[in-house]
Amino acid sequence: MTTLKFEPWNDPQEKPLIHFQNITKRFGSFVAIDNLTIDIYEREFYALLGPSGCGKTTLMRMLAGFETPTEGTILLAGQDIVSVPPNKRATNMMFQSYALFPHLSIWENIAFGLKRQAMAKADINDRVEEMLRLTRLEQFARRKPHQISGGQRQRVALARSLAKAPKLLLLDEPMGALDKKLRQETQFELMDIQEKTGTTFMIVTHDQEEAMTVASRVAVMDHGQIIQVATPDRIYETPNSVYVADFIGDVNIIQGTTTANGKDSYSIAWADAQAPLTANSNQPFSDGQKCHLAIRPEKVAITADRPGEVANAVQGKILDIAYLGNISTYHVELPTGVVIKAQAANTRRISRRSYTWEDTVWLSWTATAGVLLAN
Amino acid sequence: MRRFLLIAPPYAWLLLLFLTPFAIVVKISLSDIALAIPPYVPKFSWDEGIWAYLNQLDFENFIFLTQDNLYWKAYLSSFKIAAISTALTLLVGYPIAYGMTRVPSEWRPTLMMLVILPFWTSFLIRVYAWMGILSNEGYLNQLLLWTGIIDTPLTILNTNTAVYIGIVYTYLPFMILPIYSALERLDDSLIEAAEDLGCSRLTAFWLVTIPLSKTGIIAGCFLVFIPALGEFVIPSLLGGSNSLMIGKVLWEEFFSNRDWPVASAVAVILLLLLVIPIVLFQRNQQNQQEADQ
Ligand SMILES: Nc1ncnc2c1ncn2[C@@H]1O[C@H](COP(=O)(O)OP(=O)(O)O)[C@@H](O)[C@H]1O
Ligand SMILES: [Mg+2]
Repeated sequence: MTTLKFEPWNDPQEKPLIHFQNITKRFGSFVAIDNLTIDIYEREFYALLGPSGCGKTTLMRMLAGFETPTEGTILLAGQDIVSVPPNKRATNMMFQSYALFPHLSIWENIAFGLKRQAMAKADINDRVEEMLRLTRLEQFARRKPHQISGGQRQRVALARSLAKAPKLLLLDEPMGALDKKLRQETQFELMDIQEKTGTTFMIVTHDQEEAMTVASRVAVMDHGQIIQVATPDRIYETPNSVYVADFIGDVNIIQGTTTANGKDSYSIAWADAQAPLTANSNQPFSDGQKCHLAIRPEKVAITADRPGEVANAVQGKILDIAYLGNISTYHVELPTGVVIKAQAANTRRISRRSYTWEDTVWLSWTATAGVLLAN
Repeated sequence: MRRFLLIAPPYAWLLLLFLTPFAIVVKISLSDIALAIPPYVPKFSWDEGIWAYLNQLDFENFIFLTQDNLYWKAYLSSFKIAAISTALTLLVGYPIAYGMTRVPSEWRPTLMMLVILPFWTSFLIRVYAWMGILSNEGYLNQLLLWTGIIDTPLTILNTNTAVYIGIVYTYLPFMILPIYSALERLDDSLIEAAEDLGCSRLTAFWLVTIPLSKTGIIAGCFLVFIPALGEFVIPSLLGGSNSLMIGKVLWEEFFSNRDWPVASAVAVILLLLLVIPIVLFQRNQQNQQEADQ
């Protein structure tokens, strides 16, 4: 495979399509967006991830033009758009509630934006047909929104917002109303459409799995601030804080203090009467500094006997087993009271499982399995 | 059986309070005027039997209505006045209803209250109050003279203008309430979606808000038009002799001329004319209910 990696954010030559410069948005005295700076590049699929109320919708509404930032500038293709009204912006938004016009047919809904610009009737026809084909809605063109299913409505909303070929498409929790299976199908459909049309997508979601699936980069937000922006695998493998590690997927956090013991290697004192742990990190830590070791459950091995040559091994008792079908998560209580989660694939039938409740087991992981975090 | 019990009361109500009086009015309209109590013949008597009685009824009065210009002119003029006042009520009522949905929601019950408040006083007293406002020496003229906008009093009372003012004032709540309820259900994100797709505020209003409040507008218009068409108190108190409305003609036939048969014929025709807008109104309500589901 010699496909060029899509990483415009690593290319200093590349100019961002969207540039948020020190944006602050206050509602009264409440700070919804707090001095936020981000860049979004052309053809990106940029996901905003964060808990409810952290300001995702507000950020998106500022891009669409429905909210004005209290401070800061927003550049779209190099131009300040803060004072441009929504109807003059080269962005389109797919609303959380879809906001389909109930009095218009699917066809007219999709044509709505096109009719607002000076476009020949034949061209509008062609464009609407194209959008219907893209979203596989041809048979439903004459129906009204209330005569189609939730998944179809979602596709109409997408087709309508894509019809004007915006530079940036904003999707606010587009799959919130869909059930899990339909969600997954739609995620791939979205990625497919994004690739086909080459539009830059910005998607808001509070579903981390969804963000990981679709996004080229994920921005994790909290309290109006961006905590980390990185590719999904970087976010998962090298979170920059306990907050991000905890927010994305399942994680074990062990608190301790560091002592350097070689190049990029640290020993972590974490409990009295327990051997220190070892972890690698290219972030510098000073001796005696407080730290958090974050380890994903699937990187923790579970064995009946003490494993041989391994950097970290601790003994504990199985407290709980969560059976998830293909895998099981074992909750193991260490003598210190700390509970560590370890995941193992269920390669055997459940009746022949090697460990059960109250069994004493060994947990082990390598020095590179965890991430050492300062906060 | 339960179904029957459930629908029986409204039908009994309808039969008792609408169809029976209507049948009596139809019967009188087919009779002849007479100096008697009640002032019409024939009277039903058991001796002569039902056939002899029915044979004496005829359509004379209805034919009379077509012969005297007064009646069709009154119908036409009522229609015109009702139509114009309905349009004016819509022009005044829509912005009020729209404004009510734009204020913070904790204000809405208060505003709603203010809209309904006039109903707490007698309708007649309120119309009399308008006489005091609109007459040549009335408050309106005094105010305009005092501010120097005019130097001779305007003649408003006893003109059609006063009738329009009276109808708009009286029926405004009937226009506001259905429009308000339609606008209140309107999702704000639809307007934002329209703007996002390239509409200015005004086009978004025209292309989204108006069509989506259509059922409210239609309901409001019928609720004003139907009673305004047969309105009697407002034209007789505010319109004086200058305004010709069928409700007033009806009243005069009954009480001044004591010609009950002709008055009844006028009423029957008015009712038949009203059936059309009432049926249309029902259709509109039904469509809305279907759309809501
Ligand atoms: N128009 C507004 N007035 C006051 N507060 C608002 C307004 N819009 C949003 N907020 C507040 O800003 C915060 C962020 O909201 P939002 O961007 O919708 O969050 P998210 O989409 O991440 O769930 C919330 O606490 C919300 O209450
Ligand atoms: Mg939101």
